Amino acid sequence: MEQSYLIDLKQVVKRFPMGKGSFTALKGLDLQFEAGEFAGLIGPSGSGKTTLLNIIGTLDLPSEGGGTVLGHPIEHLKASEAALLRKERIGFIFQSYNLLQVHTVFENVEFPLLLLGMPSEERRKKVMEALDWVGLADRHRSRPSQLSGGECQRVAIARAMVKQPSLVLADEPTANLDAANSHHVLKTMQQLNEAFQTTFLFATHDEKVISYLKRKIYLMDGQLVKDERV
Amino acid sequence: MIRFLGKGLLRDAGRSRMPVMVVAIGVALSVFMHAYVHGLMQDSIEMNARMRYGHVKVCTRSFAENAAQMPADLSLLDVRALKQQLTAHHPNLQWSDRIQFAGLMDVPGMMGETRAQGPVIGMAVDFFSTHSVEGERLNVQAALTEGRLPQQAGEMLLSADFSEKLGVQIGDTLMFMGSTQFGGLAYANFVLIGCVDFGVEVLDRGMMLADLSDVRIAMDMEDAATEIVGFFEGGQYNDAAARRMQESFAADFEVVAGDPYAPVLLRLKDQDDMGQLIDISGAMGLLITFIFLLAMSLVLWNAGLLGGIRRYGEFGLRLAMGETKGHVYRSLQVESLLIGLLGSLIGTVLGLLFAWWMQEKGLNLGDSMQNASMMLPTVIRARITPVDFYIGFIPGVFATLIGSLLSGLGIFKRNTAQLFKELET
Ligand SMILES: Nc1ncnc2c1ncn2[C@@H]1O[C@H](COP(=O)(O)OP(=O)(O)OP(=O)(O)O)[C@@H](O)[C@H]1O
Ligand SMILES: [Mg+2]
Repeated sequence: MEQSYLIDLKQVVKRFPMGKGSFTALKGLDLQFEAGEFAGLIGPSGSGKTTLLNIIGTLDLPSEGGGTVLGHPIEHLKASEAALLRKERIGFIFQSYNLLQVHTVFENVEFPLLLLGMPSEERRKKVMEALDWVGLADRHRSRPSQLSGGECQRVAIARAMVKQPSLVLADEPTANLDAANSHHVLKTMQQLNEAFQTTFLFATHDEKVISYLKRKIYLMDGQLVKDERV
Repeated sequence: MIRFLGKGLLRDAGRSRMPVMVVAIGVALSVFMHAYVHGLMQDSIEMNARMRYGHVKVCTRSFAENAAQMPADLSLLDVRALKQQLTAHHPNLQWSDRIQFAGLMDVPGMMGETRAQGPVIGMAVDFFSTHSVEGERLNVQAALTEGRLPQQAGEMLLSADFSEKLGVQIGDTLMFMGSTQFGGLAYANFVLIGCVDFGVEVLDRGMMLADLSDVRIAMDMEDAATEIVGFFEGGQYNDAAARRMQESFAADFEVVAGDPYAPVLLRLKDQDDMGQLIDISGAMGLLITFIFLLAMSLVLWNAGLLGGIRRYGEFGLRLAMGETKGHVYRSLQVESLLIGLLGSLIGTVLGLLFAWWMQEKGLNLGDSMQNASMMLPTVIRARITPVDFYIGFIPGVFATLIGSLLSGLGIFKRNTAQLFKELET
């Protein structure tokens, strides 16, 4: 019997229309991830990291090839199925935090739970718990504008983690942070990975991030060049 | 979820207060504009009605056919009885008898010779009865440039230009000459006790105003009048009602067919160019309002569009979190519907308030209108009609909604990853 992976990509190709022809951003990638990994896609700008992360995150479809993400075949995933999958099992962390500015820290973290239709008592408990993990429980009434960049990114981590997803995707999560904050944020994610066995998948070219990774996948021009485990 | 979106809506001024304000301003302007244009049109129509035509007018068929000559010999007889009948049949109108007449105004010198003379168009209305509203209806008090209104027999008003041309002063006695109802020579002395200037050339050229009782004696018209004018209560012409009255008039008043002296009922629209004026006014009002609404709709559409595009980042985030596109789209539409409704409500109220203020106070154009040859009012008033309660409201809501419907389509057209990218920048 074939081993079942958390993520199992087979010959994934992604082409973007460009002018009359098209541009191939991913040139047939085979990649597998298991539950609990702390892995990163590493490569120079334009190498296809974000493109691959979007496909894994079911935000985009492959042009060719396929495979499964969290047990769901991604070739012809319907938009509603993809949305449900994201809602229940995938968390996202962005370079620019993307917190809703008009909502409090608490409300930002609460949002994914609202989408899940969780009752308010339970939401409250989970949100405060998640804010505890990132050390910001005392700031739950603040607005994002009152927080530092590092704190914002930790709120974003709490938001990604609050529903205890199977997979967290983080695209350049430290690009806007200074060294001290980067390390703080990375340690937080490392602890969560260890505590909950949540799979973290990064896209980065930041040395600080790379130094924390347990698996380093090097991309170049849409192709896999090296896949090393630490 | 709804509370969450509601909180966001309320806290984000760019998402709520701003668009509500834009919608409100657009709607308020449209409502006001419509009431204003309508008021302007309506006032000129009403002015014509009050000065000359009535909302409806009853006269003999022959008089109607020769109205321009003001032939006294074709007058209505038994006016008191007819007026009573009219009042009984149509108590919702105010009925007043008037005599329109033409003749010569002669200024006698010391020796009884003619010092000056000129053709005059006259109108006799009921100044003297205590319950009469005719003086008010013609707004004579405001038109007086000197002197006062006629209060006793033998007094008259002349248009200011005319009295100047004749070289007469308040207190002078002038002689009117014309023909009686029976074709004889009519003449009577009148004391000039006031001059009027209506600000309307056709009225100010050579016009005399006197009380009915005096003119009746002078023209031998006891219980006769050239016309009985009727005015709808509330002071607005209602063509549909006038038409109904007209249709049942022959039956109501047992008019003998073929009798040239039989009374007929004329609508305001039947007389002179009034039909055209009313129709053109209506078309103008519609046109102006339409152009305005179109401009407003474009602005609101654009605002709705921008409001949506501004938030693609947020939408991308919500999609990433697992909301479906349909859900995001619908929530955007609900928001814009709320904004459209609230903005249109506020706008309608503001527009109505402003229009109401213009309706009560009016805008006095005064001297700038002095040379108009048309009968145009010098005080412009807005006039609120039932239409104003929805003329801004409906396009306010729909333009906003359509703007956001279209801008929201971007959510579907772009693939999720692309929306997502817009959020990164
Ligand atoms: N929607 C698109 N349309 C056309 N080309 C695209 C699109 N998205 C990405 N690309 C191209 O695909 C290639 C890979 O892009 P991708 O964003 O995955 O790179 P990346 O490795 O994430 O780079 P960076 O480090 O700058 O974020 C780039 O050359 C990019 O120009
Ligand atoms: Mg990238």
